[in-house]
Amino acid sequence: MVGRQLRFEAHVEVRSLDGIADPAGLTIERALPALGFEGVEQVRVGKVITFSVEAPDEEAAQATVAALCDRLLANPVIEQAEFRLRAQTAAGA
Amino acid sequence: MSVRIGVVVFPGSNCEHDVVEAFAAVHGDPVEAELLWHGDSVLRGCDAVVIPGGFAHGDYLRPGAIARFSPIMGAIASFAAAGGPVLGICNGFQVLTEAGLLPGALRANEGMRFICQPAELEVISIASALTSRATVGQRLRIPVNHYEGNFTCDRETLLALEERDQIVLRYTDNPNGSVAAIAGVCNENGNVVGLMPHPERASNELLGSSDGLVLFGSLSAAAASASPAGEGGTSYLPRPRRTPAFSSTAAGTPTARQVE
Repeated sequence: MVGRQLRFEAHVEVRSLDGIADPAGLTIERALPALGFEGVEQVRVGKVITFSVEAPDEEAAQATVAALCDRLLANPVIEQAEFRLRAQTAAGA
Repeated sequence: MSVRIGVVVFPGSNCEHDVVEAFAAVHGDPVEAELLWHGDSVLRGCDAVVIPGGFAHGDYLRPGAIARFSPIMGAIASFAAAGGPVLGICNGFQVLTEAGLLPGALRANEGMRFICQPAELEVISIASALTSRATVGQRLRIPVNHYEGNFTCDRETLLALEERDQIVLRYTDNPNGSVAAIAGVCNENGNVVGLMPHPERASNELLGSSDGLVLFGSLSAAAASASPAGEGGTSYLPRPRRTPAFSSTAAGTPTARQVE
């Protein structure tokens, strides 16, 4: 590759689409009153996926991570994904 | 000439030999079932393809999410697009939804429990490669064995499934919380079918039920009519094809967005 490559840390959160029942969240919610926690609602369970990605700039890294979420990390029928990127300092320099 | 059924083996599949045995128990048409490896990209001339149950690629990320990228899936997609009969059982159903060959998705069971028990099914549609030899309203006793068997889709998809007769089987007691008690669906053509219950485990009275044989018999008949050498003789009629729901959803709304 010509040109300088940067490296970014990606933090992806995958959770159920709004409006789709979340059996894990519901089970946790139902368990809370028995433990004395009142007034807790809308528990949602998801997963966190982290990795680092190499790209010429942040925009390119965003495009890569968004495509990765769409094609593999989340199933768009039932899930949505959010991600954050952070430039890695001095990595591979 | 006998009909050839290819049963796909992924790392982690565990029902492939049971499926091969079940086809041997189907009376009538001569059927030969053989194993296909997920890493191959050809179907070796098989007249129908079955993706059996198990835990393909360890079910990592989501059941079927990684299996969808196995080399053989491209060949299966082409075969399905050409009208070839494709069946996914349990994990195979999950693989077909992830691959976009069937609508909807399979999520964790309501109640978060692994379910392994006999289930009573009702045949809803016989316009599929899996049910052409059954009758509408027929009750079948076939075991389920899954954690992620909770069929889910949005309301529009459900209405479309009902309207186009794509709901193949329903549970009579809905043990996993599936939308509309759906146990099995097909694509619009009826040639790609997925179900969570295991008909191969109901293929002999010694197993407690032989109700699964009518389903394997239907698939054999669909394979015979789909093959160039076959002369048909089934009530299975292919319907016009449209884009599967999974792809249209994926194209319509981006899954991921960046925050902050």
